[in-house]
Amino acid sequence: MIIIFYLFSFLLLAFALGTVLSKNLVHSALLMIGSFFAVAGLYILLQAEFLAMVQILVYVGAIAVLVVFGVMLTRKGSVKDSNLPNRYKKVGALSAVIFFALLVRSIINTSFPAPSSPVVGANTIIQIAQTLLTQYAVAFEALGVLLLVAIIGAIIIGKETK
Amino acid sequence: MTKFLLETMANFAITGFFADLIVVLVYFVLLLLFIIINVMLVVWVERRVCAFYQERLGPNRVGPFGILQSVVDAVKLISKEIIYPKNVDKWVYFLAPIICFISALLLYTVLPFGKGLVLVKLNVGLLFFVAFSSTTTISILMAGWGSNNKYSLLGGMRTVAQMISYEIPLLLSMFGVIMLAGSLNLQDIVNAQEHRWFINLQPLAFIIFIIASIAELNRAPFDLPEAEQELVAGYHTEYSGMQFAFFYLAEYANLFSLSILCTTIFLGGYLGPFFPSWIWFTVKVYGVILLYMWIRWTLPRIRMDKMMKLNWKFLIPLSLLNIVGTGVAIKAWPYIQQLVR
Repeated sequence: MIIIFYLFSFLLLAFALGTVLSKNLVHSALLMIGSFFAVAGLYILLQAEFLAMVQILVYVGAIAVLVVFGVMLTRKGSVKDSNLPNRYKKVGALSAVIFFALLVRSIINTSFPAPSSPVVGANTIIQIAQTLLTQYAVAFEALGVLLLVAIIGAIIIGKETK
Repeated sequence: MTKFLLETMANFAITGFFADLIVVLVYFVLLLLFIIINVMLVVWVERRVCAFYQERLGPNRVGPFGILQSVVDAVKLISKEIIYPKNVDKWVYFLAPIICFISALLLYTVLPFGKGLVLVKLNVGLLFFVAFSSTTTISILMAGWGSNNKYSLLGGMRTVAQMISYEIPLLLSMFGVIMLAGSLNLQDIVNAQEHRWFINLQPLAFIIFIIASIAELNRAPFDLPEAEQELVAGYHTEYSGMQFAFFYLAEYANLFSLSILCTTIFLGGYLGPFFPSWIWFTVKVYGVILLYMWIRWTLPRIRMDKMMKLNWKFLIPLSLLNIVGTGVAIKAWPYIQQLVR
């Protein structure tokens, strides 16, 4: 079990590093897909199969494909041509450090409580559905409306003008 | 079978993690054999059926009725040289067919082939199938881009546009079945159809599923991604030898697995009277495959804009209506039954 955890973690880090360090935009996007798969593997180790499948379906099947699609349509493989560097190196470094510090702080401050009841082998989908539609019903519906607004906005922007 | 394997290995003092690993490997090899044999059979059936529709003979030389033609073709493809054209993106070009084939293989792990004949009993089986069938898109993008060829790129782009759009009605058409069965586990879905197949309760979803899955498989009338007259052969124009064979195998493996899924969620899966479950399963799956072939060799290719229109303005609204209707019907059914009494 622990070997598999380290395997997935190593893969995740390797893919993530490759995404950042690759000189080719398309390669970066493809390596990012690899890291999504590694995250899905970690979810399965945590027995969150539903989350793992949604991760693959949404991130790999939709978002990553759209990213790769967009990059390929520009037909500019190399980062140098398409993503020109600017002079705000110091400001960029500062904001990156601040964001990283915030992330570390919130990770340390979270207690990560273990579930009191054993969920092993339980049907997690039903539990997720029940929490989503009772406890978090308002937030769930609000998200649905938000997505609908986004879709309508996209259609209006993409509509052909006569 | 797992028990037998584990006991045999325990006799040779192999236990624990490695024994499990060997069991997994044995299952994997069996699955691979099963898929390859069936895919070869399906390819032969397709060529014979196509010839029948076009009033030709089709392959009829190797073996009885030419049944060994696919085997001979496979041997030929293996022995051919793998060509790397100039300026291809080497790793992307090399990995694309392998990823395509692997994502086609993975789908079979959750499909029930008969009573208790399923490799992994996954609670989220249907979701697993949908998720991993969407990864095929990426391999096709990789092939189209990595080949450094305008026809490949155009074919890849068309495929992805088509597959992303038609994935939506395909998914939405399954929702009605999931709501009726109350489970994402494919075996539970089959068992829920003991008295009535879901095609009777969800005829609209079945038709949407068939149309959307034809588009997902890039078969005529939705074969724009590899339209020979316009694009040579689409995303696999540059591929040769075994790499081409991988794409070819994956295409028919996907046809086979989608037919299995169609049987499982709409046609009662392996259920049926008198005969053993695997006979019913085979009969139904090959029935669905013949339906796909019938459609492919009867209808001409649809135009690009019409294809998108059919999806976004017809199939998706219709499948959304189907979901709402199913939900209302499930809630209203007990009251209606009371009223009738």
